[in-house]
Amino acid sequence: MKTFQITRPRDDGRAIAATVKAKTAQQGADIRFIAGGTTLIDLMKLNVEQPQNLVDVNRLPLDKIEATPDGGLTIGATVRNTDLAWHPLVRKNYNVLSEAILSGATVQIRNMATTAGNLVQRTRCVYFRDTSMPCNKREPGSGCGAINGFNRNLAILGTSQQCIATNPSDMNVAMAALEANIHVRGAKGERSIPIGEFHLLPGNTPQRETVLEPGDLITHVTLPPPAPGNRSLYLKLRDRMSYEFALASAAVVITSVNGKITRARIAMGGVGTKPWRSTEAEAELTDQPANEAAFRKAAEAALAQAKPQSQNGFKVELAKRCLVHALKLATQNA
Amino acid sequence: MSHQSESDEKPEESRREFAKSTRRAFISRLGMASLLASTGSVGPVLGESLKKEQSLSSESKDTIPVSLRVNGKKYDLQIDPRTTLLDCLREHLHLTGSKKGCDHGQCGACTVHINGRRQLSCLSFAALHEGDEITTIEGIGQPEKMHPMQTAFVECDAYQCGYCTSGQIMSAVALLKEPCGADEAEVKEFMSGNICRCGAYQNIVAAIQKVREGAKTG
Repeated sequence: MKTFQITRPRDDGRAIAATVKAKTAQQGADIRFIAGGTTLIDLMKLNVEQPQNLVDVNRLPLDKIEATPDGGLTIGATVRNTDLAWHPLVRKNYNVLSEAILSGATVQIRNMATTAGNLVQRTRCVYFRDTSMPCNKREPGSGCGAINGFNRNLAILGTSQQCIATNPSDMNVAMAALEANIHVRGAKGERSIPIGEFHLLPGNTPQRETVLEPGDLITHVTLPPPAPGNRSLYLKLRDRMSYEFALASAAVVITSVNGKITRARIAMGGVGTKPWRSTEAEAELTDQPANEAAFRKAAEAALAQAKPQSQNGFKVELAKRCLVHALKLATQNA
Repeated sequence: MSHQSESDEKPEESRREFAKSTRRAFISRLGMASLLASTGSVGPVLGESLKKEQSLSSESKDTIPVSLRVNGKKYDLQIDPRTTLLDCLREHLHLTGSKKGCDHGQCGACTVHINGRRQLSCLSFAALHEGDEITTIEGIGQPEKMHPMQTAFVECDAYQCGYCTSGQIMSAVALLKEPCGADEAEVKEFMSGNICRCGAYQNIVAAIQKVREGAKTG
């Protein structure tokens, strides 16, 4: 591990000032915010990340969860995953978010990992994590070892010729289905970014994973008020029952009246290069009866653009069945 | 240069890394080691003899002051910023109950309590924990006065080699205060961050359930 300096700014203004001179806020950033450290320190040990400066944001007052006046929720950037998952308002109004977080990692890691850190969680692609392997995300232009290599757990949606790395987060998938907004304070002031626009597709620049620029500090995330009468859940399929990343997962937020779906929000995990919102599936479901035929049609629409790699073709059908089953669970006895 | 800085990679870690590495990575590491030896700066893969020489001076411009509170005791340290909390506990405070298994947050052997919550000490830097209340297995109980969970682990034979045991117990003690359901499946889910290569899982669950049931009736 390369050595670094640690600073602990007293307020977010100083935190922003400390990072604004970074060359990039993306892969290989020379200055990084650090909170839980569960991704960053792991990658520093692997020399995948080699920041010269760490800006410790753990003590900034960004750790509150509060109801917003409109009935939504504000979640501070450094709220720990455990606190978010078990918060009474999250359990009551955003079940899908609680289930998604609790399906990921372990208690120890959830006690450390933060909301903002989870939003910028890095891929588990083994080529990204091994500096002796080619990886366009880690080292642009070096090639992609995964495309003709070990790609069983990698993406089938949103891939490019340069990169097929999966976004590993469960929380992000739920946030996508809940249409979260990410609030950022930076050198040019404050802005709010819909989660659908926050993560970038790899395209020709897989090293750029988000729209964040140097100095941009995620301060909080807001969730809109829960859709009246909705039922939401997260279904995660994986190689073992616990402590494993998704092969395919589905976050569904469904409102149905008398057996007819009136509103659907669908996002998928384990299959996309970013948290994969499927407006196609949502359109197929809206105003349809809540039955298996409609669910299957939605699943077909969600995976219509899937491009399987040499080892992960099974994910196409797995993801479809995952979504169908999640929809069944969310609408049964409704 | 202090020896602390090198605590991130112990000889067994280095061997494991080397075994995984390509020949190119191996050679580049040797190159780095010799470069570092000649400049006297910090290297993660240096031999024991160099470590000993460097440990003679405890302070250098590359170390930082860190104050930690561990098991109720305050420690003022001068350490390399790269020192993980785990290495700090083991190598600097000589609290060797917390174990280094994978050193990547995958096995749970390094589990400690920070402000009452279980966390992975290998996935955090010691310098991030000023002002925190840290508890290790040494602070949970001692041979003459064991924590009920430690007693239950002995009674239920909840270990074989013992390497993961302190982490298992730290998780199990924390679990008592967590929203963990009564049944075994729930306990297993809450304990999934602690790997036991000997496979003592059934007895670990039994020990935890024994304490939980005792706590309920008692």
